[in-house]
Amino acid sequence: MMWETWRQIRRTGIISEKPAVAQESSPLGDTQYNDIQDKILKVLGRALTIRLVDAGSCNGCELELNALGNAYYNLEGLGIKFVASPRHADMLMLTGPISRNMLAAMLITHDAMPDPKLVVAVGDCAVNGGIFGESYATIGAASNVIKVDFNIRGCPPEPLVILQGILSAVRYRFEPRP
Amino acid sequence: MSIVILQSVDEQGWLDRALEIAEAHGRLVTLWGRNTESDAYEVYAVYFDPSRGLSGVLFTLSGERNTYPDLSELFPAADRMQRTIWDLLGIAAFGSSDSRRWLDHGSWGRNYYPLRKSNSGLEVSQVIETDDYSFVEVSGDGVHEIAVGPVHAGIIEPGHFRFSVVGEKILRLEERLGYTHKGVDKAFEKYHGIDGVQLAGRISGDSTLAYAWSYCMAVEAAWKCEISYRALSLRALMLERERIANHLGDLGAIGNDAGFAFGLTQFMLLKEQWLRLNKELFGHRFMMDAVVVGGVAYDIDTIGISKLRAQCEKIREEVSTLRGIYDDHAGLQDRFLTTGHVSTEVATRLGMTGLAGRASGISEDGRVNFPSYPYSNLQVNISGTESGDVAARVSVRFDEILESLRLITEILVKLPEGPNYSSCKVPEQSTFGAGWVEGWRGGIFAGIHLDKTGMVDRAHMHDPSWQNWPALEYAVIGDIVPDFPLINKSFNLSYSGHDR
Repeated sequence: MMWETWRQIRRTGIISEKPAVAQESSPLGDTQYNDIQDKILKVLGRALTIRLVDAGSCNGCELELNALGNAYYNLEGLGIKFVASPRHADMLMLTGPISRNMLAAMLITHDAMPDPKLVVAVGDCAVNGGIFGESYATIGAASNVIKVDFNIRGCPPEPLVILQGILSAVRYRFEPRP
Repeated sequence: MSIVILQSVDEQGWLDRALEIAEAHGRLVTLWGRNTESDAYEVYAVYFDPSRGLSGVLFTLSGERNTYPDLSELFPAADRMQRTIWDLLGIAAFGSSDSRRWLDHGSWGRNYYPLRKSNSGLEVSQVIETDDYSFVEVSGDGVHEIAVGPVHAGIIEPGHFRFSVVGEKILRLEERLGYTHKGVDKAFEKYHGIDGVQLAGRISGDSTLAYAWSYCMAVEAAWKCEISYRALSLRALMLERERIANHLGDLGAIGNDAGFAFGLTQFMLLKEQWLRLNKELFGHRFMMDAVVVGGVAYDIDTIGISKLRAQCEKIREEVSTLRGIYDDHAGLQDRFLTTGHVSTEVATRLGMTGLAGRASGISEDGRVNFPSYPYSNLQVNISGTESGDVAARVSVRFDEILESLRLITEILVKLPEGPNYSSCKVPEQSTFGAGWVEGWRGGIFAGIHLDKTGMVDRAHMHDPSWQNWPALEYAVIGDIVPDFPLINKSFNLSYSGHDR
């Protein structure tokens, strides 16, 4: 049994896409991608931890955030990690059109995070309300109720776009601007 | 022709039909309410009867009482649906023992019923009520509660679980959902029948294809549109691809929740390859907006066909290898077997459906029982087992992946020539149509009322999770708390599809 498992691991090999992405045309320029890890280390001085709160998403954004963890994107290999406790998180990611039923839980999660906290809206719904917009049930854009540092658009945004967004958000917040 | 003919009944007829279905071992598919233009209230019930398929009844409320008879004694799944009708429309089931609100958590304002025609759906309440949901308490020596959610560890949807436990053992689980309610039913009223498919495709992102097809099936039935065989075949091709994508992801995640990270890595890798081909051929990794009223937005050529075939071959080989590894892994099987058990008896009583139902001996699959084109031409083999545990839900997923791979290959061989889209003429009258598509979780039902200008008057889309969420409460009884994530993942029910 173990033999089959090892054989499959060996057959799969290393498929993480750092070099491939750098060569092909992708939303990320090669220099950008290659220095995500360096940047994060430089600006944060450590790994980046993210707490996600689904505030009414259709689950599409969650699928893509989960995909970031697969071997192609190898998110944890870059030193970026989703954590369970908001107290361990540097960044709050929000998805969905901020349903009123999730508002209280979302704000409590935000309060529980240590400063400086980065807030990133992921997906069109959290960015501007998306297809659901503002209604009796939804608040729409996350920025209507919370200070948002960075927006990542898409329905849902693809994993590479989210990765690029994470880097931009870190730069935006922590790098000195001219 | 619509797949559901609605029959108008009186109060007694409403109860008689329910009893008739219960005696025929049928189940309740869905309930919804509607406020008509003439300000009357109507309730609709759709049933599935194993010998005759879908049937529906419509009851128009009258008199001062303004209620309809409770169905939850006969069909437990009716309970949450009736509470939802109250939350959204303010009409009650007479005789129901549970009057707690369900989707309404008190943040929309007191006595606000969004689906009433007098409300625009944009009213915003300044008053947020304190949310004191009365969970059923379990008392006894050493019993304590564990409250989980709505924010969970990990990247998953929000919901609240209240466990009553003794030591590690779960005595009772009570779910509270509704956190992702985003007013979809009301939002539909702003859409023309043709455009509503975009919203339908975003009710539950992992089932976008099934939702979009079900919605289109309903609108096309209402408007009597002719859809080409090619378009229907392409829809089925994409539906099977959606099923495989989700099953791959779940098999990995279930392995991971039992401590086998190898499984997650391997299956997520296969899923990623699968999604990338979706993007290449159908314009979107989850094929959102690929199904439109009248057909499909994308056609495939011979190059596409050969890519799809080659991928099926590769995935079949990989999945077979991984299945061997899963089956032979003693530690994994130890976690899977007997865990989260739902007997056929309980499953029948609760009206379980879809994948989780098939793992508990409920032999129901819309592609098999009452197939429409192209499934009527494909002889789908139903997957299922009676063991009802995590292992059963894993094995049904493996079986269904292999069957769906076969179906895709067959669809490609038999792909008819013809247009992938034909336009629909909107009739100048109010219409109703129903859709029923076997998504990867189970049947997605659509009941769409359209007005004479073609605008959506009331769109009700039902996720099979409504039936299966209550079953999860039974599945965990007697298991230990650390097994909950594993059991929950083996069901992988929709929050957003349920909360709408």
